[in-house]
Amino acid sequence: MGSMFRSEEVVLAQLFLPTASAYACVSQLGELGLVEFRDLNASVSAFQRRFVADVRRCEELEKTFTFLQEEVRRAGLPLPRPEGALPAPPPRDLLHIQEETERLAQELRGVRGNHQALRAQLHQLQLHAAVLGHGHGHGPLLAATPMDGPSDLTPLLQPPGTPHRDLRVNFVAGAVEPGKAAALERLLWRACRGFLIASFRETERQLEDPVTGEPAMWMTFLISYWGEQIGRKVHKITDCFHCHVFPFPEEEAARRVALEQLQQQSLELREVLRETELFLSQVLARVQRLLPTWQVQVRKVKAVYLALNQCSVSATHKCLIAEGWCATRDLPRLQEALRNSSMEEGVSPVVHCIPSRDMPPTLIRTSRFTAGFQGIVDAYGVGRYQEVNPAPYTIITFPFLFAVMFGDVGHGLLMFLFALAMVLAENRPAVKAAQNEIWRTFFGGRYLLLLMGLFSVYTGFVYNECFSRAMTIFPSGWSVAAMANQSGWSDEFLAQNPLLMLVPNTTGVFLGPYPFGIDPIWSLAVNHLSFLNSFKMKMSVILGVTHMTFGVFLGVFNHVPPLPLPTGISASATACCWRRCLSWCFCSASSATWSSSSSSSGCASPRPPPPGPPASSSTSSTCSCSAAAPPTRRSSRARRWCRRYWWSWPWLWCPSCCWAHPCSCTGGTGATPRGPAAHCRRTRLSSWTLRTETRRRPRAPGSPRSWCSPRCSCTRPSTPSSSAWAASPTRPPTCASGP
Amino acid sequence: MTAHSFALPVIIFTTFWGLIGIAGPWLVPKGPNRGVIITMLVATAVCCYLFWLITILAQLNPLFGPQLKNETIWYVRFLWE
Repeated sequence: MGSMFRSEEVVLAQLFLPTASAYACVSQLGELGLVEFRDLNASVSAFQRRFVADVRRCEELEKTFTFLQEEVRRAGLPLPRPEGALPAPPPRDLLHIQEETERLAQELRGVRGNHQALRAQLHQLQLHAAVLGHGHGHGPLLAATPMDGPSDLTPLLQPPGTPHRDLRVNFVAGAVEPGKAAALERLLWRACRGFLIASFRETERQLEDPVTGEPAMWMTFLISYWGEQIGRKVHKITDCFHCHVFPFPEEEAARRVALEQLQQQSLELREVLRETELFLSQVLARVQRLLPTWQVQVRKVKAVYLALNQCSVSATHKCLIAEGWCATRDLPRLQEALRNSSMEEGVSPVVHCIPSRDMPPTLIRTSRFTAGFQGIVDAYGVGRYQEVNPAPYTIITFPFLFAVMFGDVGHGLLMFLFALAMVLAENRPAVKAAQNEIWRTFFGGRYLLLLMGLFSVYTGFVYNECFSRAMTIFPSGWSVAAMANQSGWSDEFLAQNPLLMLVPNTTGVFLGPYPFGIDPIWSLAVNHLSFLNSFKMKMSVILGVTHMTFGVFLGVFNHVPPLPLPTGISASATACCWRRCLSWCFCSASSATWSSSSSSSGCASPRPPPPGPPASSSTSSTCSCSAAAPPTRRSSRARRWCRRYWWSWPWLWCPSCCWAHPCSCTGGTGATPRGPAAHCRRTRLSSWTLRTETRRRPRAPGSPRSWCSPRCSCTRPSTPSSSAWAASPTRPPTCASGP
Repeated sequence: MTAHSFALPVIIFTTFWGLIGIAGPWLVPKGPNRGVIITMLVATAVCCYLFWLITILAQLNPLFGPQLKNETIWYVRFLWE
């Protein structure tokens, strides 16, 4: 079998790396991916390790990279994916990267700050111009003479006789944010009613907010008031609302001059802004070009230093000692890699394999085709070292079982074509770079979908379903004409009876089984489900039992190499054989119903008592006349059944203490089961095993008698070290079985 | 409508899947994926053959026949035969 039958043989290698070339060696090993390093400094905290300063440097670099990436993203530029092999650079190159990064970050910060300031300035100029423009429209009306103003604008509620001492009209002009304009107007009216005129106008075009960049329509206002106190109040109110107040010259000529000046200034400012933006884009382009490469390289440097931190320093401080798991097949490559990376230094590293009591890690090499299936199997639980790997068989059984459930030619063909398109386009860079999660899920399972589609086409042919319609590739084996002729079905008879059944016993009605698949006549039948359900349920049981037996058979290979064969068999045989025989007994009984003669003596054919729930519904549906069979027939049927299935008797009468859960097969030798096996031992033991186990173990004095519910008859076993029962002492374990 | 033999399809399909499942593994070229390909061939042959065999066996000795509506009987009688 290929290398996927079991996990690979892995050995613990001790590497003696001379200090000068340690970095290069570990970097090369990282590129090749040959070794899984073990942490030899587990007792040392992360801040006391040897290379902590370098790791910190890398982390700070990564922080700067994040800032640069954010700036690039804010400018809307895409960051290209790094291309080609990018090994970790030597430490002096890292210094160079650090300097360059700092410089770029500083430049970027400076340019951004300038840009912001310039935009704020431009915004102010624009507001000022708008305010002056506001006044321009109302200028002629409000260019007041001391006499004209009050006479036109005498407030109605002014108490008579108040001396108009200060009749000079003053102006406050400014701009306010659009949301606050109404509030400002209201407050002015309430506070200074009667002593001012405020006019609000929107700017002609939208101005960009300097901070957020959002365009907004600002409101310019022109307040004309008279009176010192009113003036103070107005100023306070405008300050309160953070309005931009600008000086408003009363004469139109002065305003025009000011407006021209403003326009000149804003033109210059725009020039400067354009230059700034050009420079900013240049800096960002440089960042865009260099950043992806640096990110990959710095990540690798950090990984190298983290791996070096796991090495222990030898007593003479001349070399670092690293320990790692390496596949036996890769040891020559490992030695060559170490030799190559330390050729300049002259001192060569040494590789030394040492025995170990720890369980090595599981290494299974996969190609892009098998990786998907191995991933599905690993999701259920990664196997132990050198355990039989079920993944190569799942390449066929998963799609096949899916197809048994799916079973349609047309839909299967569509699925196959979709998966084929994905497989043929898998090397395109656009497809590889797509980030959509849903697409990545489908793309990752393209080979699985391909096989599922293919098998669905096959099972669709067998179920005789194409887009849920039957096909007549071969002519049907059922003859309606023969039935009609034999039973004398005239047209009037047919008109009176809406449903009529074909009886296979009648001569010429059933002419033989359809050679490939289900006969198309069944798609026209009203009772097609009666036949199909019975067929599919029996088929499911047979397929399921076959698969499970195969799995148990594979499980034998878990015990074969490390242990002598008899122990392995005794551990699994009694438990599994009992269950297997029961299931096979049922399977052969199903086959017997198929091979028996047809329905006239069908009710007399031996029908075994259904051993499990799935059988009962199918057998009850297959023959409606069994209920009417006379008692003598039933006893003779029973005798015939006993004679036929005599070989299953010994297993039926096996002592029930052999009836243990199948999970105990793998852990029966006493090795600590891990993973799913242990879990199922902990939670799914049957009540029988509970009772027999507790009878075997003596109870230590002082341990509580029963932590389970009063109805449960089990007792908690004494030794807490028994792995299957491990539970925290503060929480009593829930009894796995009910009463 | 037409008499179908049982032996002929059994011989044909047993030979077909037998060729794939038993003779196929010998024809797989040597390479790193040889083991996986052989596993796939044998598993496909076993699963597909078993599936087809169950289907044909289930129809070999039917215990009851299809129950048809009278309209179906009318047109099948005169269209198919």
